[in-house]
Amino acid sequence: MYYKTKGYRIFSIANYTFLGILSILCILPIIHILAVSFSSMAPASSNLVTFWPIGFTTDAYVKTFGNSNFINSLIVSLKRTVIATIIGMVIMLITAFPLSKEDISFKGRSLYTWFFVFTILFSGGLIPSYILIQKLGLMNTIWALILPGALSVWNVILMMNFFRGLPKELEEAAYLDGAGHIKTLILVYVPLSLPAIATLSLFTMVYQWNSWFDGMIYMSDIKNYPLASLLQTIIVQQDLSKINVDPSMLENISQRTVRAAQIFIGALPILMVYPFLQRFFVKGIVIGAVKE
Amino acid sequence: MKEHTLETPHKRRSTRVKQRWNMQRNWTLHMMLVPAVLLALVFQYIPMGGIVIAFQDFKPYLGFSESTWVGWDNFRYLFLYPDVGQVIWNTLVIAFFKIIAGLFAPFLFAILLNEVRLTAFKRVSQTLVYLPHFLSWVILGGILLDILSPQGGMVNQLVVAFGGEPIFFLGDGTWFRITLILSDVWKEFGFGTIVFLASLSGINPALYEAAEVDGANRFKQTLHITIPALMPITIVLMTLSIGNILNAGFDQVFNLYNPLVYDKGDIIDTFVYRLGILNGKMSFATAVGLFKSVVATILIVISYRMAYKLANYRVF
Repeated sequence: MYYKTKGYRIFSIANYTFLGILSILCILPIIHILAVSFSSMAPASSNLVTFWPIGFTTDAYVKTFGNSNFINSLIVSLKRTVIATIIGMVIMLITAFPLSKEDISFKGRSLYTWFFVFTILFSGGLIPSYILIQKLGLMNTIWALILPGALSVWNVILMMNFFRGLPKELEEAAYLDGAGHIKTLILVYVPLSLPAIATLSLFTMVYQWNSWFDGMIYMSDIKNYPLASLLQTIIVQQDLSKINVDPSMLENISQRTVRAAQIFIGALPILMVYPFLQRFFVKGIVIGAVKE
Repeated sequence: MKEHTLETPHKRRSTRVKQRWNMQRNWTLHMMLVPAVLLALVFQYIPMGGIVIAFQDFKPYLGFSESTWVGWDNFRYLFLYPDVGQVIWNTLVIAFFKIIAGLFAPFLFAILLNEVRLTAFKRVSQTLVYLPHFLSWVILGGILLDILSPQGGMVNQLVVAFGGEPIFFLGDGTWFRITLILSDVWKEFGFGTIVFLASLSGINPALYEAAEVDGANRFKQTLHITIPALMPITIVLMTLSIGNILNAGFDQVFNLYNPLVYDKGDIIDTFVYRLGILNGKMSFATAVGLFKSVVATILIVISYRMAYKLANYRVF
């Protein structure tokens, strides 16, 4: 066999080493940030910390959670993630179900499909959307963050393909037993698609948690910023002018360890759902991509 | 004949019943689509109507109806405005290299990972490399700002340790572009391997066995079986990426750039944002955005048709 030859063994060792180093390299920056966040101020600001905290302290986290802006944003983010995921999933299901029917049994199906698909291909762009949110009076409300993205056409397509993969006989049996469309969806389709729904909700949650741009442009008051937008402002832009805290607090926020702690807290929910995500997503993607 | 007359009324009635039954049933289906249709109308189609301001000198206090119409002036301005050419060029360069690197890195990684026989190693490796995909550019941007800092960031400590001068990764135009491309690979190459790994698992093992019998070593097997097997999906991905040639990654650039690198790092999307939202030149920004949108839509349609023709690939 090829893997018993000497040449292949040498390649194999080199390959394992390379892949091992590469994989660790991918998360090394995250470990570094984690180490900095748990280090005391002096070693962190003189760049002595690498991958293990020096002078272990949770000071940075205490300071972070002592900042009322941060707590506010955390709540906004949690609220938006939960509401948007629930609404998004309901809309996805009730949209994917009719679209998964055959053209013959549901006239108008392809018209609807093109109506939705066109929005993937072409969009009005940033400025008209911004004016729209303004005109609708949604500025500074959480709905500005939820409604524009409540319909994800990509999710609908994935779900639609999943529904189409379910045996036709189940649907026919449900209809013969006198169930209407809504009953069939809730009692037959949804229970059978739970893994797919779980995958898509996790993806939606990650997407919602990570969204920062909408919060930044649609919210003028820092109190309404979701966490991602707040982090964008204070860590990436390093613009502390929007935060109204006393000067001593300001110094705290700009410390390297506190910045690291904030970054890590921002990433934490993703790290927490990641194991579940990983279990599902390969399967989920394959399920959605394969037709017939 | 008799049979026929007997059957017709029955048949007709049954189709009529069926039709009514269908109508009633489909009524529910139509109702189920109402929320999605409304959302798409309000948040997608109305903004599409809003692009009329690209043909106006739009003033928010005057509104759509009162603002003066200027025809194609904003688009003419687009080609005269000094920065636009550079911005389009930046977008193309950054997007091009990202597409190439974003195809090549996962391709190679998938082939190497395919040679790993320890399942546990494979799984751990995948877990680690997929992770950055799920973090936002705000988080990754914050991390990069820290580790790339010229004042003793981790990467520059390494550069200095090897006897180099600290590099201002995010302050020098050329380094900025390199940083964009490499950090994009960092975030996405792991996730990109999924589709290649899926294709690899679909290769018939009999092919390898036959090659083995014929005396081909693993390298030759890779060259003549594995790589050809990955070609169809590679062609599809390459074709589909044509539609992305104007997307250099707003989130990434916005979270990493600063005025020092505007000349080489400013892309269409960031330019539109600064112009429209920060400077209030809404009409001109919309015109630039519309220009991008139209070109991108044409490219996407062409690329999907090509993918269908070349590899029989269909999205819908």
